[in-house]
Amino acid sequence: MNVKRMKKIIVRIAFYLLLVVIGMYTVFPFYWAIVSSLKTGSALFEVEYWISQPYWQNYVSVFQEQPFGRNILNSLFVAVSTVALSLVLALAAAYAIGRIQFRGRMLLLFVILGVSMFPQIAVLSGMFELINSLGLYNNLLALSFSYLIFTLPFTVWVLTTFMRELPKELEEAAIVDGATPFTIVTQVFLPLMGPALVTTGLLAFIAAWNEFLFALTFTLSSEMRTVPVAIALTSGASAHELPWGNIMAASVIVTVPLIILVLVFQRRIVSGLTAGAVKG
Amino acid sequence: MTSLHQKSHLHKKRVRWAWIFLAPVVLVLALVAGWPLLKTMAYGFTDASLIDPESAQFVGLDNFAFLLQDPYWWSAVWNTVVFALSSVLLETVLGLIIALALNAQFRGRGGLRAAILIPWAIPTVVSAQMWNWMFNDVFGVINHLLLDVGLIQAPIAWTASPDTALLSIILVDVWKTTPFMALLLLAGLQMLPRECYESARVDGVHPLKVFFKVTLPLLKPALTVAIIFRLLDALRVFDLVYVMSGNNRSTMSMSVYARQQLIDFGGLGFGSAAATLIFAIIALFTVVYLMAARVGREN
Repeated sequence: MNVKRMKKIIVRIAFYLLLVVIGMYTVFPFYWAIVSSLKTGSALFEVEYWISQPYWQNYVSVFQEQPFGRNILNSLFVAVSTVALSLVLALAAAYAIGRIQFRGRMLLLFVILGVSMFPQIAVLSGMFELINSLGLYNNLLALSFSYLIFTLPFTVWVLTTFMRELPKELEEAAIVDGATPFTIVTQVFLPLMGPALVTTGLLAFIAAWNEFLFALTFTLSSEMRTVPVAIALTSGASAHELPWGNIMAASVIVTVPLIILVLVFQRRIVSGLTAGAVKG
Repeated sequence: MTSLHQKSHLHKKRVRWAWIFLAPVVLVLALVAGWPLLKTMAYGFTDASLIDPESAQFVGLDNFAFLLQDPYWWSAVWNTVVFALSSVLLETVLGLIIALALNAQFRGRGGLRAAILIPWAIPTVVSAQMWNWMFNDVFGVINHLLLDVGLIQAPIAWTASPDTALLSIILVDVWKTTPFMALLLLAGLQMLPRECYESARVDGVHPLKVFFKVTLPLLKPALTVAIIFRLLDALRVFDLVYVMSGNNRSTMSMSVYARQQLIDFGGLGFGSAAATLIFAIIALFTVVYLMAARVGREN
C-alpha cells in the first residue's frame, strides 16, 4: 500500500516538474528579451537573470537611431488595410460557398486552399514585375496588395467553415420574404458573424504583421520598412557590433501588443486555428 | 408544380448571386496569385535580368539544366529537407507531450495554455533575433548556462559555425511552432471518446499501453493534418534562415537560394526557374499527400 502511494506521489511530482519545464521553455526566451532590453551596453555583456535597476535608454534610442515609429505605423497601415479588404471580400465569398449550392463549389474551395499553400517565393518575381509596372515599388500599397495572396484564402476558408455552422432556418424566413442575398448577408449574417470576423481578422492581422519576404523585397528605404524588416536589418557601427539592447527593445515593443491580443482572445484564436486546420 | 418551378427559379437566382459574391475574390486571387505565378514560370524559361526584364530572350530549359548541376542548389535542397524533417519530427513529439499534459486536469491549466501561445504570437523575425542573442558565442545565455552546468568546456559559436548553424535554426523553429502543433493535437485529444479510456482504466491497462494502443491510433487524423501543414510550411522556410544566418551557404534553404539569385544577383530568369522548381516540389508533395489520403480513406 505504501509503495503504491509513494509511486503515486513520485508520478505527481514528475508531472508538475514537466509542467514547469514546459512553462520555462515557452516563456524564458521572451523573458530574456525583456531583461536584455533593460540593460545598459556594458551590463548586456554579463549574464544576470534579474535586473535591479531597469535602464530605459534602449527604448528611447530605438526611436532616435532609426525611423522605428514610422516602421510601426507602416506595419499598422499595411496589416489593417489588407485585413479589412480581405474580410469584406471574404464574407461575401464565404456566404456564397457556405450557403448556396452551385456547381464548381468544391473546385473553387479547393483552388482557394491551394493558393493558401503557395510558397511565397513561387510568385516573387511575377509579383515584383507586377508591382513595378503598377509603379508601387517601395510603396506601402505594394504590401497591402501583395499580402492578399495569403490573407484572402485564409479568411475565405475560415469564414466558410463558420458560415456553414449557422442554422438553416436563419435565412429561410428572409428568403420567403423575398430578400435578396445581399440583404441577407448584410442584415442577417453580418451581425451574427461578428465573433468569427474578429477571430479571423485577428489571425490574418498577425500573419500580415509578421510577414517578411515581400516586405523585404518590395521596399527599399528605411522609412518604408515594416517592423519585421526594420528589426531584421538593424545594424550597428560595424557588422560585429550589433546594438542588441536596441534590437531587444524593438522586439519587446512589437511583441507585447500581440501577446496581449492573443491572451485576451485566447479561446477564439484556438477555435479559429483549429477551424482553419482540423476541418481542412 | 408551380411551387417547384418557383423554387428552381429562386435557386437559379441564388446561384447568380453566388457568382456575383465570388467574382471579387476570384478576380483578386487571379491578380495576386494566378498572374504572378504564371509570370514567374514564364521568366524561368528566359535569361531575363532584374534591371532590364524587357530584353529577355527565350532560352528553353537552360536555366533548369544549370540549376540541376549547381552544387549550391543541391545543398539548399538538402538543408531544406533536413530542416523540414527534423523540425517537424521534434515538434510533433514535443507537441504531443505538451498536448497530453494540457489534456490532464491540474490547477493553472489555463495559465499554461495561455503561456504556450506566446512563442506562436511572436513574429518569426523577432524570435530569430531573440535566439540569435541567446546563441551569441561570447555573451549568450545558452553558452553561459551550458558552461555553468559543465555540459561544454568551451563556448560554441552556435549560429556561425557550419556544424551547428542548421541545428540552431531547427531549434528555434521547434520552439516557435511547437505551440501550434500542441494546440491542434489538444483539440484532437479533446474530441476523442471518453468511453475507451474508462474501460481501459477499469481493466487496469498500463497508461503507456493505452497511449500506443488507443490514443495514438485515434489521434492519427489530427496528427496527419498537423504534420502535413507544418511540413508544407517548413519546406518554404525563408524568414528564420535569412535572419539567423543570411545568405550563408551552409544553411541556405531553397527559398533563400531563389531569392538571392533573383534579387541580390539580379538573375530574374534563373531565380524564377529555381522558384518554379520549389513550387513544383511542394505541389508534388501536396498531390502525393492528397492521393495517399484518398487511398487511406477508401480503405
